[in-house]
Amino acid sequence: MRRAVVLALLIVSPVLALDGQPGMHDPSTVVMQDGRFYVYATGNGLPIAISDDGWTWRRKGTLMQAVPGGKPGPDVLARGGNNTWAPDLIRSGDKYFVYYSAPGTQPKSAIGLLIGTTLDPESPDYKWEDGGPVVWSDGVEDSNAIDPGVFRDPTNGSLWLTYGSYFGYIRLVELDPKSGKRLYPNRKAIDIAINSEASIMIFRDGWYYLLVTHGSCCAGANSSYNIRMGRARKVTGPFLDNIGIDLLQGGGKLFLGSGGRSIGPGHFGLLDLGEGVQKFSLHFEADLDRGGISVLDIRPLLWRDGWPEAGSNLTAGTYQIESARTGTALEMAVQGIPVGGPRGRGGRAGAGGAAARGGGAGRGDGGPAEPVPSQDAAQVSENWPAGAVDVRMSPYMLQAQQKWTVATAPNAGGYPGSPYFKITIAGTDRALTATREGELVIAPAFTGAAEQLWRVDQLADGTYRVMPKAVPESKEPLALSAAGFSTPTLARFRADSDRQRWRFRAP
Amino acid sequence: MTVYRTILASLAILSVLVCRAATATAPDAEGFLQRWMILEPIGVAGQLTDGAVQALVKTAHFPDQFTVVPRDGDRVTVGGAELAWHTVDTARYNVNLYHFAYGLKKPTSNVLFWIVTVVESPREMIGVRLAIGSNAASVWWVNGAEVIGIYNDRQTVIDDGVSKRLTLKKGQNVIRAAVVNAGGATDFCARFLDADDRPIRGITVALPQL
Repeated sequence: MRRAVVLALLIVSPVLALDGQPGMHDPSTVVMQDGRFYVYATGNGLPIAISDDGWTWRRKGTLMQAVPGGKPGPDVLARGGNNTWAPDLIRSGDKYFVYYSAPGTQPKSAIGLLIGTTLDPESPDYKWEDGGPVVWSDGVEDSNAIDPGVFRDPTNGSLWLTYGSYFGYIRLVELDPKSGKRLYPNRKAIDIAINSEASIMIFRDGWYYLLVTHGSCCAGANSSYNIRMGRARKVTGPFLDNIGIDLLQGGGKLFLGSGGRSIGPGHFGLLDLGEGVQKFSLHFEADLDRGGISVLDIRPLLWRDGWPEAGSNLTAGTYQIESARTGTALEMAVQGIPVGGPRGRGGRAGAGGAAARGGGAGRGDGGPAEPVPSQDAAQVSENWPAGAVDVRMSPYMLQAQQKWTVATAPNAGGYPGSPYFKITIAGTDRALTATREGELVIAPAFTGAAEQLWRVDQLADGTYRVMPKAVPESKEPLALSAAGFSTPTLARFRADSDRQRWRFRAP
Repeated sequence: MTVYRTILASLAILSVLVCRAATATAPDAEGFLQRWMILEPIGVAGQLTDGAVQALVKTAHFPDQFTVVPRDGDRVTVGGAELAWHTVDTARYNVNLYHFAYGLKKPTSNVLFWIVTVVESPREMIGVRLAIGSNAASVWWVNGAEVIGIYNDRQTVIDDGVSKRLTLKKGQNVIRAAVVNAGGATDFCARFLDADDRPIRGITVALPQL
């Protein structure tokens, strides 16, 4: 975290963004309390950002405003300095623990603890108490005590803190889940990685994964930040990358690098939404679509071959929507017309039975093979019913009633990482709609109603869960489901079933 | 039934189609309905598109075609030809209509089969689904309401077409279907599923006695 003061200035600057105020650097893990999302970041007093849906974020002061004295406690200041960077956040029992970097002149730094019982600044119980320094570096040792990452081991409930930056090692200490302080303050911290920062752990299927950020930060579009990882069978390591190099020796399998118009990803944080839906938070050093500032992002977390993989939020476009259960494609229930028009069975020129099989234009009679134009709704919709039409599934054959345009629904809000979408038959305004019976219909037009707004979350295997924002007269969350080979419906999401898994493929 | 027994005796391949038992029968372990009344095939054009099949099944082929619950041996006249209803039990999940028609020395291609069964439910069951598969196109009704249509040339796949959530009333529920075949094999299967896609238990098939 070789960051400069200019970055702190960016954080308090107005941000012009489609998703509110996502401008921030070194975000903490995103934590949900009572349906609202909270994240803290680097900056004077540790800025707070809050979101009601995980998509649109707003600023809400700083953590230190609720700390007695409005700044780190005296012991933290003595061990480190008066900067406030890169916090992390976890719930433990009925408390929340915030760990934050309080560097002086690096590598002299401390990691301080704040203790609270609610994240909601509007709550009468809202306050943060100084828990003092948890770990620190004296400016000489091979450590720079910044960038805390807190992790609860799901196998036994133990709590762990990783920290460190480029001045030496990434280190690990065990915490007391009740107090948030070190469980064994006299034990030597364990070195688990080097040449990195923004460390944090996650666990899955018997593996502990250590995610760290490599490269340089704080230089806008010239930042080489990238997230890398290793894994171990024990929480204490050794953490090896995909070819066996220890993260203590500079190893690290790439998790996410720059891409698209987003440069310099760093500061991974797990956001587990339950039911098998996992996402991760991070910041990009430079979002070229937002003036090159540093921004928060939330993306799907996938798993492949025993490693986490950065997924992609669905983007607007035209797709076939294929069921992972059946391989059949969602379509409007109208009689399809073959692409290029009806013709006999083709491609068997010379076969004795060709004529009997229908013959005709498709056989290849020696003439030049002309491209068959793609089919769109304008070509074939003359006889489509004007009103609502059922939805069904069929083998995908590139027909117009099988092509869907997914577009951001304006001013409709969203969910962690993404806005709501409208899903329409390509080239029309006919909109996929949830009915009060928990079924599906294609309405003749998009109205913006909640039953026409769709949430599309990428799942661990790369498929997507598709859910209406609301089902009329129902409070139960339902997902698009393949009830049969040819029949879609809405049903309760089951993480262990392919029924509610869908693929969005380019048509 | 006598006619059909003769057919069975002459065709070893029909071992999966057996004569009707005397009592009500439960679906098999996976919920498939295994007892049906089937009308001998009606010769048709064999067009399988949505529009063609819908037009065909909405055509009046014989009196009370959407309401009749036939008995084994009942006869109807269609286009001047007399056709009989047969009770068929299958030992499998599906009913092989090709074997049924072939055994009767009836055409198997470009044909329409009308099929009926009666499901006895011990109580009202809300939110269940009729799940069917057919070779080829088929349209299905439950207690007179059209609930599923699947079209085009296709093979029988378990739970291919699934109805929207419906209610089985306490007592008798009439399941009716029209299966259209253009050529080759032809068969169908059907079962009821609960809200969790599990086969419905507790129902029986209770076709009228002779």
